[in-house]
Amino acid sequence: MKIVEDSPPVLTALDRPNSYIGRSVPRPNLARLAQGRAQFVTDVTLPRMAHVAFVRSPHAHARIKTIDATAAKKSPGVIAVVTGAELAKVITPWVGVLTHLKGIKSAPQHAIAVDRACWVGEAVCAVVARTRAEAEDGCEKVTVDYEELQAVTDPETALDAKTPVIHPDLGDNLTFERVHSAGDPDNGFAEADAVVEATFMFGRHTGVCNEPRAIVADWNEGEQRLTAYHATQAPHMMQNLFAKHLTLSEHQVRVVTKDVGGSFGIKVHTYADEMATVALSKLLKRPVKFVADRIESFVTDIHARDHRVKGRIGVKNDGTITAWEIDALSGIGPYSVYPRTSGIEANQIVNLTGGPYTCPNYKARARVVFQNKNVMCQYRAVGHPIATAVTEGLVELAAVKIGMDPLEIRRRNLIADDAHPSQGPSGIKFEALSHHASLAHLDSMMNYAGLRAEQAELRKQGIYRGIGFASFVEVTNPSAAFYGVGGAKISAQDGATVRLDATGAIFCHTGVSEQGQGAEAVIAQCVATSFGVPMEQVRVIMGDTDNTPYGGGTWASRAAGIGGEAAWQAGKALRGNVLAVAGSILQTTPDTLDVRNGAVVDAATGTERMPLHELARICYFRPDTLPAGVQSELVATRHYVPRAWAFSFTNGIQASYLEVDTDSGFVKLLKHWCIEDCGTVINPQLVDEQIRGGVVQGLGAALFEHCLYDQRGQLLNGNMADYLVPMAVEMPDIECGHVVTPTADSELGAKGAGEAGTAGAPGCVMNAINDALRPLNAKLLTDMPFTPDKILRALGKV
Amino acid sequence: MKPAPFAYAKAKSVEHAIELLGQAGGDARPLAGGQSLIATLNMRLSAPKLLVDLNGIGGLSGIAVRNGRVEIGALTRHVDAERSADIGKHAPLIALAMPHIGHAAIRNRGTIGGSIAFADPAAELPACLLALGGEIEIAGANGRRTVKADDFFKGLFETALSPQDVLTAIRVPAVTKDTRVGFAEFARRHGDYAMAGLAASAKANGAGLAGVRLAYFGVGDTPVRAKKAEAALAGGKVDDAIAALAADLNPSGDVQATAATKKHLAGVLLRRVTKQLMEAQP
Ligand SMILES: Cc1cc2nc3c(=O)[nH]c(=O)nc-3n(C[C@H](O)[C@H](O)[C@H](O)COP(=O)(O)OP(=O)(O)OC[C@H]3O[C@@H](n4cnc5c(N)ncnc54)[C@H](O)[C@@H]3O)c2cc1C
Repeated sequence: MKIVEDSPPVLTALDRPNSYIGRSVPRPNLARLAQGRAQFVTDVTLPRMAHVAFVRSPHAHARIKTIDATAAKKSPGVIAVVTGAELAKVITPWVGVLTHLKGIKSAPQHAIAVDRACWVGEAVCAVVARTRAEAEDGCEKVTVDYEELQAVTDPETALDAKTPVIHPDLGDNLTFERVHSAGDPDNGFAEADAVVEATFMFGRHTGVCNEPRAIVADWNEGEQRLTAYHATQAPHMMQNLFAKHLTLSEHQVRVVTKDVGGSFGIKVHTYADEMATVALSKLLKRPVKFVADRIESFVTDIHARDHRVKGRIGVKNDGTITAWEIDALSGIGPYSVYPRTSGIEANQIVNLTGGPYTCPNYKARARVVFQNKNVMCQYRAVGHPIATAVTEGLVELAAVKIGMDPLEIRRRNLIADDAHPSQGPSGIKFEALSHHASLAHLDSMMNYAGLRAEQAELRKQGIYRGIGFASFVEVTNPSAAFYGVGGAKISAQDGATVRLDATGAIFCHTGVSEQGQGAEAVIAQCVATSFGVPMEQVRVIMGDTDNTPYGGGTWASRAAGIGGEAAWQAGKALRGNVLAVAGSILQTTPDTLDVRNGAVVDAATGTERMPLHELARICYFRPDTLPAGVQSELVATRHYVPRAWAFSFTNGIQASYLEVDTDSGFVKLLKHWCIEDCGTVINPQLVDEQIRGGVVQGLGAALFEHCLYDQRGQLLNGNMADYLVPMAVEMPDIECGHVVTPTADSELGAKGAGEAGTAGAPGCVMNAINDALRPLNAKLLTDMPFTPDKILRALGKV
Repeated sequence: MKPAPFAYAKAKSVEHAIELLGQAGGDARPLAGGQSLIATLNMRLSAPKLLVDLNGIGGLSGIAVRNGRVEIGALTRHVDAERSADIGKHAPLIALAMPHIGHAAIRNRGTIGGSIAFADPAAELPACLLALGGEIEIAGANGRRTVKADDFFKGLFETALSPQDVLTAIRVPAVTKDTRVGFAEFARRHGDYAMAGLAASAKANGAGLAGVRLAYFGVGDTPVRAKKAEAALAGGKVDDAIAALAADLNPSGDVQATAATKKHLAGVLLRRVTKQLMEAQP
């Protein structure tokens, strides 16, 4: 295997001979993916497999009076037409609440709507047929008689007395409210020389995966077992939920997740149509496939980021920030999403605002309200882009107000690198961060002084360029504090089982999963290094609840930091087991030996004593030649869960350089920088890809992506022509840099890297646009995405 | 996103295609590159009973320059027009527009005839044809006819083509020494249909311009000539031309831009394209 782009290891315990840690080794799954030999759910075809399509509500809020399926049942190829009421006999409804979000409430949600549809796109009837096309033909022949009800579509008025209550049993449209106060905010504002405030709007958007949501559910009546081939981020969580709502025990459910074509947090939730698919398989006693098409993806894949945040900051003339205040309002869908709830993003806004800074005086309120729109839940960098844009937007406004350079105000307020452990204004705990080292790195990497000079020069020619920054913290490696303590059955710990086979190769079974981000490579790197074999000899097995350790899966930037540590420890444990047998075969003490590059060697000299395949041969085929009482154990399992810290926070800073065409309102992104500290960098190339991909999603939020709803709750741009995902041509060059502060909670020291890019990019672009337009006295732009429309309006040109 | 059932027939000749289009009770649709048609079928926005595939018909593609005209066969793929030296030399406005049409994969299959027949109001080629004062060759049940671009685009996705017609070619005048062309568009992302765009041609007239034709796209139900602005520009007054757009154009807003933004952008386009017209040599 070719090893490219070595970065000098900053490592100690990890610095074994032939270490793969800190190296940009190519992912083992590249050839499979490139050759089209991956196994996505769409590739799964089973005997007698049927396809389901759903009749979806065209109304945001409507009573379902009657469903006439007579014609559909006669449509060619149709096997069954099933309504919500019929399916409710097979699968129970769920309620998306968690106990640690105090007071959060939601209504029971069914796999298929019963009596009432609550958003445009909610499934009201299923048509199962021989092919998807025939199922869609059948859908066209189902006649649903609706009585349209008033739709609740404006979060600002959702709690008004005259607004209808979506779920009358709940009493009002308030899902969740959190109020937080820390330090002495009133005094902080009183002490300030200036107070700046602004209202920030965020465009509801979604994570557009290359591979849409997909599931093949196969209920085997003979075995009384369900096998679900499922494009999910959390196989064990889904095993639990399928079992629970089909009233099965968990061992009756197997979830198989092979290749997944991107997830971004979209595929970590319970979707009604996927629950309906498993129920239909059980009902019809045959395999049923559901693959969301692009149109239904836009109206059913969770949306995120529908927030309005009023923010206030107090600052002294010397730049000291004296207080923060935010009031956040989030409009979710008609249900809180199960099982992680739709309260987490708003909760994270409260947790993270002001996070990088020392000022402890903080007042926050977040309210989450129901709406008749598609459901909203957690998507890449949950809450971070919001909290970061609000915090960083306020910090740069404060800097402008007191006439201070935006990097200088940060230098004066960011938590010092030697002040850790520390905490943010909301009480979030930081083990060790490197804000100042990151800022210094950015300053020189981007040649800040040079860019400012260029900006001033170009302004004289009527060219308006802007520079914007965003410091951030990122939640990674979550402990049970994220979901487990709230009652969700989502494993916080993860495990790895490694096995030496009879030829000296390693099999590693892990609970984390691959979504295209390279987890498979990272796990192989960890095991190969800690055990001592070339990476080619490690086969990683993921995504099968029958065959992998019970684990959490892939979300909240946990796969490398948690799954990697478990794999690292399992490899080490197996090395110990192997050396124990090797010691008795070679008649020496195990601690004089080591496993390196596929062989047992003399630890002091590195001289080969015995290849691993020879040891395996003896253990498996001629154990009779081993000394009496020696039993080889060529399998080892280890688990890991962060214990010392609720989350392993990472940090960093981003910068954007862009040009605004003041005639057309178009923004051209010229360059983007991200310095981040994810602790130990296991694979620099994969980390940089995560950062760049994350930045691009953040740039999408800043400039392009927006689920546009009208007042009646109709999605106006639910297709790939009208919903604009960021594309390569518009993307700037993105330079990444790293500061390395390993977490001491694990031997590997790796924190997560999957969300940092998304966390900082939107705020940074917002600040850069406002910086560009400042000499023109444009109105402040705080309403994402920043479209030509909005920019022209801010300039007073339309 | 699977199409409703439809029948498929492959036409052997233009006459055969016309005959086939007469079947299925008039509910048949010609299939060219399929880049627009198949999407509308998959989204079930249309459900014709029969698709008549034109792709097997010989002689419908190709680019020829004769008698001072550039003729482009209906089945000519965008990519071939984009790379054609003849188009670059004799129809440079079309060459300027080509890279803005979708993305490489779309240009590999999409056809010139398909773009004109589909007549998306935000598409580049219909506007180019209009700006150049081109014409459209049509074969129908009653024989062949030629329609001027000015008469071809009737309404939203509505043209002079009747259901049994096959568009066979388009023709535009080849440039002469004094021809000036200009092209610009605003699209949120490269390759998207434009929020607003402008294709223009004129004749150099001393230091000024004559015979100005301004065809806007993305600002109405069809490509739109801005005739008052044309007159003002011929009079040498850019600012007057921009002011005249208020009377020439009446865009409605869409998800990418409000009507006000489109109007504003139309003015920005005119200033930029005028600069090209004044500077550009054919
Ligand atoms: C993602 C994407 C982006 C795109 N972006 C752009 C863009 O920016 N600008 C742009 O201009 N286009 C764009 N297009 C459309 C593309 O250029 C199409 O190829 C073109 O509009 C239609 O050409 P076609 O050959 O594919 O026609 P088809 O899709 O085969 O047909 C389109 C319509 O024209 C009719 N038709 C086709 N040929 C004839 C004929 N010879 N006689 C009579 N009727 C005929 C068909 O019956 C059908 O109704 C885009 C398409 C896609 C998928």
